[in-house]
Amino acid sequence: MTATPVQQDQPRVVLSARGLGKDFAGFTAVNNVDLDVEHGRIHALIGPNGAGKTTVFNLLTKFLTPTRGSITLLGQDITAKKPAEVARLGLVRSFQISAVFPHLTVLENLRVALQRPNGLATQFWRSLSSLDRLNPRADELIAQLGLTEYRDTRAMDLSYGRKRVLEIATTLALDPKVLLLDEPMAGMGLEDVRTVADIIRDVARDRAVLMVEHNLLVVADICDRVTVLQRGEILASGDYATVSTDPRVRTAYMGTDA
Amino acid sequence: MSHSDATAAPAPAAVQGATRIKAVILLAMLGFLLLVPMFLYPIFLMKILCFALFAAGFNLLLGYTGLLSFGHAAFFGGGAYFTAHAVKVWGLSPELGILVGVIGAAGLGLIMGLIAIRRQGIYFAMITLALSQMFFFFCLQAAFTNGEDGIQSVPRGIFLGVLDLSNQINMYYFVLGVFLLGILAIWRIINSPFGMILKSIRENEARATSLGYTVARYKLAAFVMSAAIAGLAGSVKSLVFQFATLTDVAWQMSGEVILMTLLGGIGTLIGPVIGAGLVVTLQNYLATSPLPVTVITGVVFMVCVLLFRRGLVGEFYASRIGRRLGFKSDS
Repeated sequence: MTATPVQQDQPRVVLSARGLGKDFAGFTAVNNVDLDVEHGRIHALIGPNGAGKTTVFNLLTKFLTPTRGSITLLGQDITAKKPAEVARLGLVRSFQISAVFPHLTVLENLRVALQRPNGLATQFWRSLSSLDRLNPRADELIAQLGLTEYRDTRAMDLSYGRKRVLEIATTLALDPKVLLLDEPMAGMGLEDVRTVADIIRDVARDRAVLMVEHNLLVVADICDRVTVLQRGEILASGDYATVSTDPRVRTAYMGTDA
Repeated sequence: MSHSDATAAPAPAAVQGATRIKAVILLAMLGFLLLVPMFLYPIFLMKILCFALFAAGFNLLLGYTGLLSFGHAAFFGGGAYFTAHAVKVWGLSPELGILVGVIGAAGLGLIMGLIAIRRQGIYFAMITLALSQMFFFFCLQAAFTNGEDGIQSVPRGIFLGVLDLSNQINMYYFVLGVFLLGILAIWRIINSPFGMILKSIRENEARATSLGYTVARYKLAAFVMSAAIAGLAGSVKSLVFQFATLTDVAWQMSGEVILMTLLGGIGTLIGPVIGAGLVVTLQNYLATSPLPVTVITGVVFMVCVLLFRRGLVGEFYASRIGRRLGFKSDS
């Protein structure tokens, strides 16, 4: 059924949404969205601009409160939870605009991500060197994503592509069960796109990934499942081959009935 | 924006030299603070130290958490009232009186913070202003504050039963000790695991949330700490001047501390100290001159905002000399 089978036991649904909807003052941005994201799979959310992809992300991570519907994460109903709680349960997102801490170095960015899971976030009486014990894990992630050379560079001085890589690294630092990536390759050069695609494929081995992406070549290449949104509703869902030949999808994307 | 380019990272030897120079600067400042009462009027110096601590506490919130409070007078003046009352009416020793002031201010901070912390930017500033005005009105009406008269002739007492604080020089060193402890506490907070999270929240709040941090709780903690330090400054001031009045809780005081912090440099540890020194000195010298004080401080403020947006210390840190010494300007 999938183009790139991952050597996994049984694929299981880790994040699912049922009848998800969001109204903004009378305007329905998202309506009746059902979504199942499986462990060890990469799931793409695509659709034209304004289709509601980022709104769905915001609803899943509780940055927005859904008007209708329910969300389940690892068997637990998270519909009424707060964003930070959802993150602590293992659903971690990235942002459309690169979200790093610009004045902090690459190492510090990673340490901030590692501080909470390691119980080192509230101590206002301890010295900064108490964070040094996070360095081995931080360096491991830095190396894994090829940022070793930039370990002590401030995030604002990194190139755009590396900022995105750094963001993925900080997200991975939380060892999330489900990773939500909002256009991880937007605005990247070809070289960086390949690097990031490899990274995503690599990290999806033992977690679920849901990503919004415009680059259909990447989607075709690495995603196991594709859901197409249009005007806030699901237009089609399935593997890339099925979805890309769906005439309604072709109309929505190309504006032709070809 | 302050670009400290990564390519020009100073060599290890240069770093060592810079550390040495910084240590010398620090020692010189300490020496100056220890010796200066021989040359200058102690009351004036103590006033500077109190306001410097107040501004440094305020900067913990503005500079390191990114929250602009317009109600810090409530904590400064509140601390002054609580300590004055505890010392004068309950007859507590100065150290216990100060403790009452700090706890009281922190409690006020907790209440105001719980109400204000979920709002951002101008809304946060306005809510803190409104709440501090409510506290002002409370102080005007409550019996223990004596309304317009304030609490007068507060005894300074004897510190730990040994040091007689009615002696001006003893009092100066006592205030200096409190000031240094306060600055040390702030330094520790901003250079701690907790301070790191505060910094990350200031840098990118949504990202901090998505990493699992309950941002409001960290902000509230910072707000209470900042209120406690402002309260400490107010407590000590009430002992220095031996009175607590409505001036310290009025909204103009909240404005003044913003001025001091901006003038010295947001997000630098000693910027607010320098700013407070400058403002208090100006007020002191202009008080006897025919020039209107508020106009002069207003002009100074405008010049500062137009010419050195990072404040005096912030500009120094961002200058070539400052960068060579390895100072980092955060904003």
